[in-house]
Amino acid sequence: MQISLVVNNKLESVDVEPRTLLVDLLREKLGLTGTHVGCDTSQCGACTVHLNSEAIKSCTILAAQAADQKITTIEGVANQDGSLHPIQESFRNNHGLQCGFCTPGMIMTSLKIIEKYKEKKVNEEIIRHELEGNFCRCTGYQSIVDSISDYLENSSEKL
Amino acid sequence: MYNFNYKKPSSISEAKSIFSSCDDASYIAGGMTLIPTLKQRLAMPSDLIDLSSISELKSIKVEEECITVGAMCSHKQISESDKIRTALPALSNLASMIGDPQVRNRGTIGGSVANSDPSADYPAALLSLNAKIYTSERTIDVEDFFIGLFETALNEGEIVTKISFPICEKASYKKFPNPASGYAVVGAFLSMKNDIIRVAITGAGPKVFRIKQMEEKLSKSFSTDSIKDIVVSHDDLNSDLHASSEYRSHLINVMVNRAVLELT
Ligand SMILES: Cc1cc2nc3c(=O)[nH]c(=O)nc-3n(C[C@H](O)[C@H](O)[C@H](O)COP(=O)(O)OP(=O)(O)OC[C@H]3O[C@@H](n4cnc5c(N)ncnc54)[C@H](O)[C@@H]3O)c2cc1C
Ligand code: FES
Ligand code: FES
Repeated sequence: MQISLVVNNKLESVDVEPRTLLVDLLREKLGLTGTHVGCDTSQCGACTVHLNSEAIKSCTILAAQAADQKITTIEGVANQDGSLHPIQESFRNNHGLQCGFCTPGMIMTSLKIIEKYKEKKVNEEIIRHELEGNFCRCTGYQSIVDSISDYLENSSEKL
Repeated sequence: MYNFNYKKPSSISEAKSIFSSCDDASYIAGGMTLIPTLKQRLAMPSDLIDLSSISELKSIKVEEECITVGAMCSHKQISESDKIRTALPALSNLASMIGDPQVRNRGTIGGSVANSDPSADYPAALLSLNAKIYTSERTIDVEDFFIGLFETALNEGEIVTKISFPICEKASYKKFPNPASGYAVVGAFLSMKNDIIRVAITGAGPKVFRIKQMEEKLSKSFSTDSIKDIVVSHDDLNSDLHASSEYRSHLINVMVNRAVLELT
């Protein structure tokens, strides 16, 4: 079946099978391999992308379900000139990654966290609750939590 | 996944007529249960009928006596609705404890209720609050809706359209979550309305159930003391790699205790 969708602000028209997963469309057809497949069982969040600005697991949605909608992947996060988004900078500054496999998903979820808690008080418990859909097998999470809270505490200077 | 046809109707009547014209169709809501099932080749529908474009399934209405939630409302919408949080905070809390943010963004109350997973959270709220389930054909009392493990009173092709919860004075939901998935190993929903107390347990048995003995004792004297000696026999409870039936029996008392403490 033929579907159209906007990926990272670009209109794409593609032919997919009804059973094609969104993550497979992104990786295999559109070459956007920044979105990872960690588990393929809806648990790990390595495949997290934004669908109409909500974080979702792209391994658990059909490409057909995303037709005519807006997708943002990790490739759409950095600035046009290639400089990193401030949340990516914050991960770099706080050692928020080791092997980096979970990082694209972590960044996509973090973007929603910083948007949701921009004006609100946030503590470590809230950040950990918001990260429940993203697994990391390397860092032990502390440095990821630090990356997000560092951004939230100091974002006015960074923006 | 086996292949299937994909259809996206924009009304309930269109969805139903597509369903009856197909060999072996299945509705898809958030897909958070169905897609993993398809990936494991545990189901082989000829057609998937996506309910996400049917706007009549998406409203949230809060009236003086009850809250009515459309089947396609996501767990996130229910957890973040100010109107629900004011009228029935225990329901918002329950929704905010399901799975993780990505699951809450996609998963729907209609899908959860239609699926009748023994560890799902909403069934406890439905049974404790004495909810009504509205479908494309009829209205079903919750006592008649959940029949067994993954089994409900829904007929072939019948669509859950909305669920209405009578508003109560006080309610609390406490769960012992599976640390990996968030599903309830045991969850207890306790509600109080005009001195009537209803205790519903999910996660522990093949389907959600009430503990009338606890309800009676708590109605006479609302304290943790009045239920401390009540033991639900483990004979009919679930036993799996997450917890033995004996442990689930123990957890029932602990979870109801926590709910009572929150409301005293
Ligand atoms: C990682 C993970 C963690 C989870 N944790 C929890 C948890 O902690 N607690 C919990 O309760 N659940 C949990 N879930 C399940 C989640 O809540 C699902 O969203 C829900 O059970 C099914 O809803 P859905 O909208 O995704 O339905 P779908 O997967 O689309 O459908 C499920 C079934 O219901 C049928 N159906 C859907 N909508 C209707 C309708 N309106 N009328 C008739 N039939 C319909 C479908 O045909 C299908 O058979 C988890 C899921 C995942 C992947
Ligand atoms: S690959 Fe999608 S959740 Fe793990
Ligand atoms: S950095 Fe290796 S999995 Fe997170």
